[in-house]
Amino acid sequence: MTTKYNNVYINETATVVGPYEDKGPLNKYFDKAYNDLYFKEKTFEQAEIKMIKESINILKNKNKTEKIDLIIGGDLLNQITASNYAAKEINANFIGIYAACATSTLELILGANFIENNLVKNVTVFTSSHNNTAEKQYRYPVEYGGPKPKTTTFTVTGAASAILSKTKKGMKIESGTIGKVVDSNTKNVFHMGAVMAKAAAETIKSHLEETKRKVDYYDLILTGDLGKYGKKILKEYLKEKYNIILKNYNDAGTMILEKKEYAGASGPACAPLVTYSYVFNQMKKGKYKKVLLVATGALMSPTMVNQRLTIPAIAHAISLEKVI
Amino acid sequence: MKDTYQAIVKKHTPKEDTFHNAFITFITGGLMGVIGEFLIEIYQKYMNVPYKEATTCMLITLIFISCLFTSLGFFDKWVNFCKCGLIIPITGFAHATQSAALEYKKEGLITGIGANMLKLSGAVIIYGIIGSFIFSLLRALVGIV
Repeated sequence: MTTKYNNVYINETATVVGPYEDKGPLNKYFDKAYNDLYFKEKTFEQAEIKMIKESINILKNKNKTEKIDLIIGGDLLNQITASNYAAKEINANFIGIYAACATSTLELILGANFIENNLVKNVTVFTSSHNNTAEKQYRYPVEYGGPKPKTTTFTVTGAASAILSKTKKGMKIESGTIGKVVDSNTKNVFHMGAVMAKAAAETIKSHLEETKRKVDYYDLILTGDLGKYGKKILKEYLKEKYNIILKNYNDAGTMILEKKEYAGASGPACAPLVTYSYVFNQMKKGKYKKVLLVATGALMSPTMVNQRLTIPAIAHAISLEKVI
Repeated sequence: MKDTYQAIVKKHTPKEDTFHNAFITFITGGLMGVIGEFLIEIYQKYMNVPYKEATTCMLITLIFISCLFTSLGFFDKWVNFCKCGLIIPITGFAHATQSAALEYKKEGLITGIGANMLKLSGAVIIYGIIGSFIFSLLRALVGIV
């Protein structure tokens, strides 16, 4: 399902990251970095809340926003805890959403609908993930470590936020495609690339079909967190099944971290951290003019995995354009 | 179409270095055995502890060391490298228990540490007890015959 927007812009963005991302190749594009995973808080959960609050404060200062009309946010934790607790301290109408690592693009689509239809003047969106809170909830205790296969991805620590309005500044949101939940028949919790690549392929295909565009219309197609093996799977699957050959393609998960023992980065914050920092910057400079961001989410529940069910996945796409 | 996708996934999933992992595990696991033997010898020779008690002392020492290293924050890196060489011996059990306790220490003594400490290692205890019960039963039955 693709919706076109005529008058929605991402005016400003803000990113706050943890120590691993700060050591990564994109570090100079982030607004703020901490070298401590606790972010000077008592627990990792509280650290994640702090990250969100900081990123929104930075965003407010950058954009000189007086009043936030609506705020849409999400994260990876049960009951989207970090988002709710952060929103508690921001005086604004709040929608909390969950779409695993596809949260960021879903927020942009929802926000764009509110703006396009003149329901509100501005919308702030935020997404966060914290490596240690995610590990604790989905895998093993942090200090346990435990040997991991090569296909494992590493959840990023960071919060990214952006403000949307009709003011012609920043990046234009040209259209958005809401994806379907896709089951790739994979049960391997250590191979999220394989779980999500099929969903990404379906969303890319329906976006191109519904907008009647060729794949080379975009300067960059950026998936969220497929990792280096998921990237290969997506490319080959699109070619085999739909005869779409991805050329200007990259994956945010393979760009943000320098950790060779992992297949890449993952987490809801992965796609927006790269988009709101690096892509936003490069678009202003003119390197990219048209970007398709496809955030991919594995809708994984440890309970259902223990019940031997496969892991469903979803991908939402958003088309971003340089403001001329 | 399901099969096409699975075939592509299989093609792009890297193989784990089983031989390399097994070799490292063999060496490190063996080293753990040597360290254990060494500790037993020390307890016997220098502290005059009888063999049976020396074995217990050795286990306690290893548990203490691995719990300490887990708490200091670098044992998980060792486990990642040595894999089952450190997981199968008592060090793995201590590490699993200690890491869970650390993880939940801020959620209260009962609801945090108490309820979650055996999250990973609880299964070892349960099946350890069941296993030893069955084998003792078998031994008793064989003894009767």
